[in-house]
Amino acid sequence: MRFGVIRFPGSCDEVDAVLACERVPGASAQVLWHRDPDLHDVDAVVVPGGFSYGDYLRVGAIARFSPVMESVIRFAREGGLVLGICNGFQVLCEAGLLPGALLPNLERRFICRQVNLEVVQASMPFTADCAAGELLSIPVKHTTGRYYAPADDLAAMESGGRILLRYARESGAKRTISGNPNGSSNDIAGVRNAAGNVFGLMPHPEHAVDPLTGSVDGLKIFSSMAHAHG
Amino acid sequence: MPTVEQAVALGLTPAEYELICDQIGRTPNEVELAVFSLMWSEHCAYKHSKKLLRSLPTEGPRLALGPGENAGAVDVGDGWVVAFKVESHNHPSAVEPFQGAATGVGGILRDIFAIGARPIAVLDSLRFGEPSSARTQYLLDHAVGGIGHYGNSIGVPTIGGEVYFEEPYEQNCLVNAMALGLARSEGLIRSAAAGIGNPLVLFGASTGRDGIGGASVLASAELGEEDAAKRPTVQVGDPFAEKKVMECSLELLERGLLVALQDLGAAGLTSSSAEMASKGEVGLDIDVSLVPLRESGMQPWEIMISESQERMLCVVEPSDLNEVLAVCEKWEVGGTAIGSVTDTRALRVFVGEELVADMPVPALVDDCPLYDLVVEQPPAGLYAAPSPVLEQATGASDHGVTLLALLASPNIASRLPLFAQYDCLVQSRTIRRPEQADAAVLALPESPRGIAISIDGSGRRVACDPYTGTIENVLECTANLACAGAEPLGLTNCLNFGNPEKPHIAWQLTESIRGLGDACRALDMPVVGGNVSLYNESGGGPIYPTPVVGIVGELPDVALAGRSGFARVGDTIALAGPFRPALPGSELAKLRGCALPVGLPSVDIAELRAAQEAIRDFVRDGSLSSAHDVAEGGLLTAVAESCLAGGRGATLDLGALARASADADERDRVLFGESPGAGFVVSGPEEALRRLGEDVGVETLGTVGGDALRVTAGDVSIEATLDELRTAHGALAPLFL
Repeated sequence: MRFGVIRFPGSCDEVDAVLACERVPGASAQVLWHRDPDLHDVDAVVVPGGFSYGDYLRVGAIARFSPVMESVIRFAREGGLVLGICNGFQVLCEAGLLPGALLPNLERRFICRQVNLEVVQASMPFTADCAAGELLSIPVKHTTGRYYAPADDLAAMESGGRILLRYARESGAKRTISGNPNGSSNDIAGVRNAAGNVFGLMPHPEHAVDPLTGSVDGLKIFSSMAHAHG
Repeated sequence: MPTVEQAVALGLTPAEYELICDQIGRTPNEVELAVFSLMWSEHCAYKHSKKLLRSLPTEGPRLALGPGENAGAVDVGDGWVVAFKVESHNHPSAVEPFQGAATGVGGILRDIFAIGARPIAVLDSLRFGEPSSARTQYLLDHAVGGIGHYGNSIGVPTIGGEVYFEEPYEQNCLVNAMALGLARSEGLIRSAAAGIGNPLVLFGASTGRDGIGGASVLASAELGEEDAAKRPTVQVGDPFAEKKVMECSLELLERGLLVALQDLGAAGLTSSSAEMASKGEVGLDIDVSLVPLRESGMQPWEIMISESQERMLCVVEPSDLNEVLAVCEKWEVGGTAIGSVTDTRALRVFVGEELVADMPVPALVDDCPLYDLVVEQPPAGLYAAPSPVLEQATGASDHGVTLLALLASPNIASRLPLFAQYDCLVQSRTIRRPEQADAAVLALPESPRGIAISIDGSGRRVACDPYTGTIENVLECTANLACAGAEPLGLTNCLNFGNPEKPHIAWQLTESIRGLGDACRALDMPVVGGNVSLYNESGGGPIYPTPVVGIVGELPDVALAGRSGFARVGDTIALAGPFRPALPGSELAKLRGCALPVGLPSVDIAELRAAQEAIRDFVRDGSLSSAHDVAEGGLLTAVAESCLAGGRGATLDLGALARASADADERDRVLFGESPGAGFVVSGPEEALRRLGEDVGVETLGTVGGDALRVTAGDVSIEATLDELRTAHGALAPLFL
């Protein structure tokens, strides 16, 4: 299994993503430069977090037009596995590979904290190594992470099983508190496309792959992709 | 030709102007005067502090790069070095807090990659007036926003820091940023220009009129009423531009294409070129008509002193020039050859063929007069007593109220509402995040080893006693490292003081530096670099003298890095160390509106060092479940913090400590008195604490467990649930709604 991780000017988490991919047994990872349209025969593409092209104009709006993204769009349309994390999720929405859009957090601030995610669908190719209902401890860190889609689209995504991860509700002693850090519609943390080969999420699974740094739950996303590839 | 009046308007004294005329043998022209006024400013020349700074110890077995370069560095083994430095951006932040703080982070990051190290962490040290003030709320919100905006966008984690709120910072906030970088020891690069005929390449952002004269106008004078008018002298930061400049610099280094590298900070092209020429003992010719500009009609002197951000200057071999420019093109940072190295020992500025400035480099860099300070110990009461917010305790039932008031005090309340706005995770090295341990802990590559970092500097206690207070700051910082299991390797500092031309401020500065030197010598810890920020005063008077220290330490195994929170139900809790609590100068004394004492109890550095080493050893070998130093708010506050950090309650019987405490004041001293760097709340198996007691004084306090903190001390009993403690400790959160 060979992962390709894109590097735009302004990418921040691409090295973290490479390290996460390489923790999957049998997997390797390489960086793909934004100006190079050649995907170098990788088996899956990761669009990492950061501030591609400075996030000028609108988050993800410029990256979508880079030479490498033209190839990624073609790769995705042909069924290739594409994972977008944070800014990568924003880029995939801008590119039309995923429905909806990411809006500024309700509190309009950058927020960095560990959250619990509920696995809504445990299915190939991104969450097969999880169990449905399982809680994953993975950090979020973003200013523009409030997932939005029109009500009709949301309903179709819900009924089509395309919502893979939700911010979990936390049950305290007295009441249930929303764990939704940004005001996303339907507590959505991650969605896939209709074909099932493109997945975007705001939380950072690449920052949850090492017990020393807090959690290994994020590794399941990368290992699921490797298992799906076979 | 400019006149002496114009020189004075630029911040020079008439005597300095005369000296400049002597040095160059004529009257300086407009360009030369602009350059000299910046090179001879306090900010660039350290003319009121350099003599004192020479007394600091700068040698140590682990020193990799000492003062003089853009940042210092220590050896962390396996061929790796950690570079680090702290710098102020106080005056810009007081004028425009978002951009001031953001460019403070940008500037310190450039210092790190300018020596060839990849930036791996940022910490910040902030000082504001009381949070009840609207101005403080504005400054805090925007400064935190600026720090986050820059650090988050550039992919360097902000892993820690500190903030204090005190009235004397109301008009003069402090924004100090510390950055760390990681490099192979053979990969460090110097800033000395070399190789006659080698081209000088400027890369990064284009040059505009932003920040013109920032070093002299903002950083080297007191702030006054009309500071809003100085806003154009505050630079505007672009982290995206810096990210590209950083990656470009590191790639140029990795390919071995650089002879010398220097960032453009205060005084822009002027100071960077003069420093490079001075260190290399060469001359430089610069053609300002080649400098890419972002606005038209800029004068040569404006180009030379512009403080436009995100620019770097390098010297390369002629044969490498095309490859250097190609790497700049790859990262879209616009590299341009703007000059060359000469054997003239002069900084010469051209516009095309026309020579517009010709200045001897030694005159610019070395010949600025250094001043002896006129020192006079001030009369008592330089600072007004803080406004009281908490009544004097009278009955035995008041101590629970006191505890909650302390936890909610702005100087003690949880900093997570600030830290949650910073990315502390990027680069995947963060072993201990903010408020998980007393120091941030980062993993080193390909090794179980790691580094721990803390930044500290209580100004109020330095105001009480500049000498002892500064020693306490250093020991507080090393105590934080000890709790993480780390041994200190080196120190950087930022000395934030008022106007040194006033004898009582000069006394504070002199005594503080004496304390810093004595502490570092007693701890065998070199000062690897630092920064001085003077003239931090306004109509409201001087700030508390605030020497901020940042220390990098090393630990052998990050899997055993310490935690501050109680980690296991049933563990025994103890107070360890030569803890001799006192109330004068403490946080409780502040809440009660007590005047600052004149002088603090003297500190036995060797005794505290031994205690900290014992704690460190017991953290390192995994004997202790938690370790947390007793700082502001004293013993009970520290226990409550360990409860909150671990999400576990505790039951304490302080009978032994408080037995003799018949009166409320004495109980307050035991429960809430302070003794910086000397006391530690530790938890672990009883057997481990017994062993620890063989090395250092250990007093058993109680047991971890339950969902409340329950304390009995003689006839006093305190009970607070974790929820109650958490609510009090969350007092800063409403500032960020």
